[in-house]
Amino acid sequence: MFSFLKRDNSRDKVKKRLQLMLAYDRAEFSPGKMEAMQEELIEVIKKYFPQEGNTRDYDVTLERREDHLVFIANVPVQ
Amino acid sequence: MMMRINGYTHYDDANYQYLNHDYANYDCANYNYVNCNYANYNYANYNYANYKESIRVNAKAIVVTSGKGGVGKTTTTANVGAAVAQIGDKVAVIDTDVGLRNLDVVMGLEGRVVFDLIDVFEGKCRLKQALIRDKRVDNLYLLAASQTRDKSSLNDEQMQDIVRQLLEEEGFDRVFIDSPAGIETGFQTAASAATGALVVVNPEVSSVRDADRIIGLLEARGIEEVKLIVNRLRPEMVKRGDMLEVDDILEILGVKLIGIIPEDEKILVSTNIGSPASLSDTHKQSAGSAFRDVARRMRGEDIPFPVLEGSGSLFSGIRKLFGGS
Repeated sequence: MFSFLKRDNSRDKVKKRLQLMLAYDRAEFSPGKMEAMQEELIEVIKKYFPQEGNTRDYDVTLERREDHLVFIANVPVQ
Repeated sequence: MMMRINGYTHYDDANYQYLNHDYANYDCANYNYVNCNYANYNYANYNYANYKESIRVNAKAIVVTSGKGGVGKTTTTANVGAAVAQIGDKVAVIDTDVGLRNLDVVMGLEGRVVFDLIDVFEGKCRLKQALIRDKRVDNLYLLAASQTRDKSSLNDEQMQDIVRQLLEEEGFDRVFIDSPAGIETGFQTAASAATGALVVVNPEVSSVRDADRIIGLLEARGIEEVKLIVNRLRPEMVKRGDMLEVDDILEILGVKLIGIIPEDEKILVSTNIGSPASLSDTHKQSAGSAFRDVARRMRGEDIPFPVLEGSGSLFSGIRKLFGGS
């Protein structure tokens, strides 16, 4: 009863960890490379949007969406 | 970056009452389990109507593998192999863990090994001479690995030829190839001779991760019949939300399930005495019975899956809403 109140048990944690870990494994992409890639992306974006100075809001992540692995890049340009 | 994905959401409500072992009452000497008290676990049944035809394993050469060591490959090979033979097929089990052989001891045949796989490779004996017939079950044979050599003695073409000879010339119906742990030569050779695979996984993070890698390698080899055995499931841990559920593992790995094996002390007892539990343990909810169910599903029988009713799953939540237990 009321098991939904304590959803974050170790089973849920291990499942989430596995899903993320396998997303990187299957993409043959090491999680630590994400930061380097983010910096390079920012350089490219700056080239096309030179007026945009603030890069703090840039956010790049790897996510599992149904049967695809997707890069999500949130880049405010205006 | 496509991912393999598969959701099993179709299981059905039912009343599988599962178990709580009462080990005080078993007579170890005669291997009889008297008076087990199986009242406290509550299992549900999968409704596999949609998957019936896909559970059957058509492949005759089947590699048993896992990536990670210690998850139960050898135990699975011995138990499923023996059970398939007991049902009536002519079965050979081959140990490819050269240098670290164990299938012989798990099956209780270690005293009868004269020639091994590498002897056959090197022409020191004929294939027939290296096959050890199990005296308990008709039609069950073991081909042991060499204990004094290492994996460099393995050869894919020779392995494939041995499996071909067993199936085409020696009249075997099924060949189970017990793979060593890892993804190196030993695994590659074992997989090279197989057309189907049983992947053994424990409900635990490193085993699931390694299984994913192994499944990728099997698929890259073109092995299409890949079936999953979830081994050493502990229902009481699943129940309190501290263990991956079978559904979680299937969703993550995206392969078809063929067996759920509960953690069971009797497996250790059976390896102590060198007799596969699937041959002797008649208790309905034992690991031995679960292995026997795998054998029957492989042959196309429709055996329902007893699955733990986990407290954290959406499904059981919905069931609770409707007054289920």
